[in-house]
Amino acid sequence: MTKLGSALFNRLVIIIPYAWLTIFFLAPFFIVLRISLSETAIAMPPYLPAFNFADGISGIGEKIGQFSFANYVFLAGDALYMNAYISSLKIAVISTVVCLLIAYPVAYGMAKAPSTIRPTLLMLVILPFWTSFLIRVYAWIAILKPEGLLNQLLMTLGLIDEPLIILNTNWAIYIGIVYSYLPFMVLPIYSSLEKMDLSLTEAAQDLGCTPIRAFWRITFPLSMPGVIAGCMLVFIPAVGEFVIPDLLGGSETLMIGKTLWNEFNANRDWPVSAAVATILLLILVVPIMFFQHAQAKADGEGR
Amino acid sequence: MVRWSRFNIASIVFGFAFLYLPIVLLVIFSFNESKLVTVWAGFSTKWYVQLFHNQALLDAAWVTVRVGLISATIATVLGTLAALAMTRYTRFRGRMLFSGMIYAPLVMPEVITGLSLLLLFVAIGFDRGFWTLTLAHITFTMCFVAVVVQSRLLSFDRSIEEAAMDLGATPVATFLQVTLPVIAPAVFSGWVLAFTLSLDDLVISNFTSGPGATTLPMRIYSQVRLGVTPEINAVCTILIGIVALGVLIASVVSRRRELQRVKDEQAAFAH
Repeated sequence: MTKLGSALFNRLVIIIPYAWLTIFFLAPFFIVLRISLSETAIAMPPYLPAFNFADGISGIGEKIGQFSFANYVFLAGDALYMNAYISSLKIAVISTVVCLLIAYPVAYGMAKAPSTIRPTLLMLVILPFWTSFLIRVYAWIAILKPEGLLNQLLMTLGLIDEPLIILNTNWAIYIGIVYSYLPFMVLPIYSSLEKMDLSLTEAAQDLGCTPIRAFWRITFPLSMPGVIAGCMLVFIPAVGEFVIPDLLGGSETLMIGKTLWNEFNANRDWPVSAAVATILLLILVVPIMFFQHAQAKADGEGR
Repeated sequence: MVRWSRFNIASIVFGFAFLYLPIVLLVIFSFNESKLVTVWAGFSTKWYVQLFHNQALLDAAWVTVRVGLISATIATVLGTLAALAMTRYTRFRGRMLFSGMIYAPLVMPEVITGLSLLLLFVAIGFDRGFWTLTLAHITFTMCFVAVVVQSRLLSFDRSIEEAAMDLGATPVATFLQVTLPVIAPAVFSGWVLAFTLSLDDLVISNFTSGPGATTLPMRIYSQVRLGVTPEINAVCTILIGIVALGVLIASVVSRRRELQRVKDEQAAFAH
């Protein structure tokens, strides 16, 4: 009885979450793919099915010949979409680099802080992560507006005579992404620096290495796992970001997350938005697998 | 000894100022007398009073809280099971796929998750509304719970579980009476995290929700698009307050648990 119960318990522990994620996370991607291969229709739902499950296997085989790649041809032919993908990647790469440049010194300072205040500092980095993304992006509108707080400050200080136009430009998007994703970059770098054996740098310095050289030769390479995890945590979601370009960006801002949202909500063209999502996923599949691999390795080390 | 240099302190101060200044300004201007959120005109709580007469907003808040409570609870159960599966059973068929399905949602752009879930609900003919919203929230928050609980399980001393099993406890009893009490703080923080993520979500909610199930972030978003007002600042301030309180309680609970554990261990060794 115990043995049987034990086997059943072990099975259920795996099967329940596995089944849930398969149904609600994995299966939907196949539906997206299927709909991206169907034609737009003015109906509810606004697409013609590419194939019905009711047709059975033979039905699917028959329909494969009739798959419509029209949506993909449309995407490839329209410069708007191509530009949106390229500009999303560009914005994500620049934001990730800036984020790293700001986050590394912060994480480094935290790791070197006296151990009594480290938990408090850690808590202060985590706290914004729990606060609404929407709220934190919204907070920047009042700061960056032409008559906003930043311009008021700069004009009072006499640094500028005319308000800077930042809101509704790409500058605002960079600020928004760096600000929103900063904790995601700080945390993994901090955790890899904190685990590090400080006697290594001391040894290097005792042997005549300058502090700067010791940093680049020892500290930085050892913190690479944290840097990579942080970059992936910022880069991947930033490519598909919607809220930031929508609230802080302007009409000339092209980002694929916003394009997808508009295609879906305003144009109600489901097959095209499914095709946009499929290509976005294909672009991100390599970074995502890279991230998963790094995470699995990091967890393995904890054993 | 490695010193905490002036450069280190300066970068921390700069980093935290950058993180907190926008939030502090938002909170300050929620108490502004004037309708502008950029010019200070005196202290007032009128925007908070006005909130309680905004029925649409109150309805949205109620939907958000219900979705959050239900989804966080179910996500915690599923996420804890997933964490157990990941740490205890290192070899089973499809483990690679399983760990992929745990990690990928953490970074997946929300527009993709939202769109794919919506198309699933449409394909199986499930009317969009409160329950589709809840199912979507369970799915994306359970992975965060799994990661939080997993990190606790990795540092867990399994010998006490083995001892319980040797003494004849069933796996279920061992889990409930030995494992769960030890990992409880992590499970609780997982729940709090799932709840706040659900409370905050806009993009996935917008795709998977239907008529009659408008959440607070959806309501805030549609108001923000019309312009920035102190009333939105007031809602945001209340939300920030709730989340900060939740995080504070969670950290106090886990710290107290930790102290208790250390004390118990010392007592055990003293005998």
